[in-house]
Order: sequence, then C-alpha cells, then structure tokens
Amino acid sequence: MSSSTPTRPSRRKALQCMAFGGLGTLFTLSGGILTPFDLALAQTGDARPADAGRPLFVQISDTHIGFNKDANPDVSATLKQTIDLVNGMPALPALAIHTGDITHLSKPEEFDHASQLLSALRVPELHTVPGEHDVTDGSGAEYFGRFGKASDNRGYYSFDHAGVHFIGLVNVMHFKPNGLGSFGDEQLAWLAQDLKGRSSSTPIVVFSHMPMWTIYEPWGWGTGDAPQTMALLRRFGSVTVLNGHIHQIVSKVEGNVIFHTARSTAFPQPTAGNGPGPVPLTVPHDRLPSMLGVTTVEFTGHPATSSLHDATLA
Amino acid sequence: MIRFKPSRIIAMLMLCGAAAGTPLAAFAQGPNGPLVTIRNFMFSPMSTTIKAGTTITWKNLDAEPHTVVNDAGIFHSKALDQDETYAFRFDKPGVYKVFCGIHPYMKETITVE
Repeated sequence: MSSSTPTRPSRRKALQCMAFGGLGTLFTLSGGILTPFDLALAQTGDARPADAGRPLFVQISDTHIGFNKDANPDVSATLKQTIDLVNGMPALPALAIHTGDITHLSKPEEFDHASQLLSALRVPELHTVPGEHDVTDGSGAEYFGRFGKASDNRGYYSFDHAGVHFIGLVNVMHFKPNGLGSFGDEQLAWLAQDLKGRSSSTPIVVFSHMPMWTIYEPWGWGTGDAPQTMALLRRFGSVTVLNGHIHQIVSKVEGNVIFHTARSTAFPQPTAGNGPGPVPLTVPHDRLPSMLGVTTVEFTGHPATSSLHDATLA
Repeated sequence: MIRFKPSRIIAMLMLCGAAAGTPLAAFAQGPNGPLVTIRNFMFSPMSTTIKAGTTITWKNLDAEPHTVVNDAGIFHSKALDQDETYAFRFDKPGVYKVFCGIHPYMKETITVE
C-alpha cells in the first residue's frame, strides 16, 4: 500500500504553467540543474529525462535492530523486506537517510548487524543521525565510532546533492527537563552559520530523529528548541523536515515548511496518548507489514519543491 | 495493546511477597537493599528516602528498554531490557534526581540522609 502527501499549494505551479502557456513546461531537478521540458513531448512517453520521477532519496527509520519482543520477534527480517522494497523500486533513489534508532539497545553487536543488513541497500550513499536508542551509553561512543566520520563526531552535519541542501541534526543527546528533545546552543549556532549566505531558493531538507514540532509533550514527542531552528529556516522557499521516533506518520504543512514523520521498519507505536506510554504496539501478525515502511522524496518544479510518498511493506 | 508475560506476573508476585515480608520497609527489597521497579513508563516508588551507604536496585519490567540516569551525571545505567537490573550505592547524603535517558519524562527523586 502506498500514499502520497499532497504537495504544497499549487498556486505557484499554476502560475508557472500559465507563464509558459500552451501545454506548459515541466522542470525536473536533474544532476543539480533544473531541466525544462515540454509537456507535449512528455506526453509522447519516451521524451522524459531518464531520471524524471526518480525519488532523490529514501528515508528509513527506527530499525531497532536487537528488538525481539512480541510486537515483532524478527526485526532483521522486516528490515530485509524494507531493503528489498527499496532495491526493487523502478528508479533507485540517489541517497538513503536513516533517521535514527538504528539499534534497540546501542549494543556493538546490534550496530554490527544493522550495518551488515543496511549494506545490502543498492543506494550509493547512506546518511544517518542517532536516535536515543543508539546513544544509551550516554556518550554515544558506539554510534560515533561507526557513523561519526561524516560529522567530525558531532553527529550533525550538512551536504549538498542535486542542488538540494541536506542538514542532519541531533536532538537526542541533551534532553530538556520537560522530556522533549533538544539541539543545544552549540548546534543552533552551527546551523545559523551553515545557513548564512545561502540563497533562499535553495531547497532544504532537514532530518533528525525526534519530531521537530511538538506532537505530544507528555510522551516527549517534540524538540524544545526546535522553534529556534524554524526561525532560521523560515526564509527558504522549500523546507522539508523529516523525523522518526514515533513509528507512525504524522505530517503538517506550515508556510513553506513540510513536517513529516516516517514509519518504523520494526514495529508500530500507539497514537499520541493512547496507553501508558510509547510502547511497542503488538498488532495481529498479518497486519504488521501494513504498519511498517519507508518514505521517498522527489523534487520537481521550479523552484524545486518536494513531494513525499509513503510506502509500506504490504 | 499490552501483554503480560507469565514471567512478569511472577516477578510482580515476588516483589509483592518481598514487600509483605518486610513490613517496616516503605518499598520492595532487592537482593542488596531497596528495589525500584520500572513499569508502564514509571519509576515506582517515584520518591525514595534512604540512609547513606544503601544500594538501590532498579528493575525494568517493561518490554521497552529504560535507563537510569542521574541529572548531575553521577551515575548512568546502560539500556535495561525487560527484567534487567541496575544497582547503585549512595554514599553521600543529598537529593538525587533520576530520569530515563530514553524517555526523559520518566522521573524519580532519591533522598539520601
């Protein structure tokens, strides 16, 4: 089963089409260059650029390798199914982003097993940020020992791909007293510096483990200092904020910012406030695959904006 | 949905038994002293007063892991899976605030006299 999040209000797109008249022109983000091509040509079928409709990246989240309770006794098997789903996509994404809780208990053998499984992904690059389950040793030594290189052991870092600016942030290391996630002043200063002087027309993708808006405070489903990141991001024309942590899809659109949480590949969690806490939710065995999955993100339009697509294992 | 495993029920019965067997204690006893149980995303009891030199044992009864973390950084357990325990001996008097590093809204206070 799959579903797509509606793209942002289409007034801009409508104006674009009007501007070009006739059947209109479509832009696709291709190798960092926005390539226009005529819709009349597109309708003939084979005139589309080779990677039109190709997701730029896939988001995988909350694999919880090491978990073995009733909610899913075999999380390795469901991760393998997830990888098969991605590898079988008609057009492979250029990047994969794991938004944390790679492991369940931060054990070295869990990280090793997760890395081994993820290496089967036929996607050239894997980017990660830690979840709180990956840093239960306090220092995050096991996580940083394996995934710290890209960020100089800070955990947060940025990179560019196909004209899109990607920012990975860490909000699981310094919890606020109210139980929400937190970035901390040092990381916020780094983010301000990273965005400084960047053109507002650059599409931005921000990814971190815990939601960057408060979904349910009593369960800590939010990030205390996220409003400070939004103050820095608001001026950009297209901002896509991707998180995990809550093992279910919750999304919202605020101005130019799309917020979206991904499904887990391991087990679902209850909806906000439903039960004593965010426990692993045990569902009938045949229903589980429909509650696990990934999100793919494609960029189209000019200026490029993202469209999100959620796919489940069944 | 929460499923109670037989082992969990037995563990709870044992805890009840231990508490009943020591009427003077305000809470259950672990092998070396007081026991704090973690169940349904709560420390129980949520506040504990002990004498200096006492060792507290925490036991996680949830299928979800929890950690035992002091906010001043004095102690920090690894992730406790279901039925795993962690112990810390409190030698210095004071008020110790404790939370779960995975679910930081879970809190308790330990007062050492």
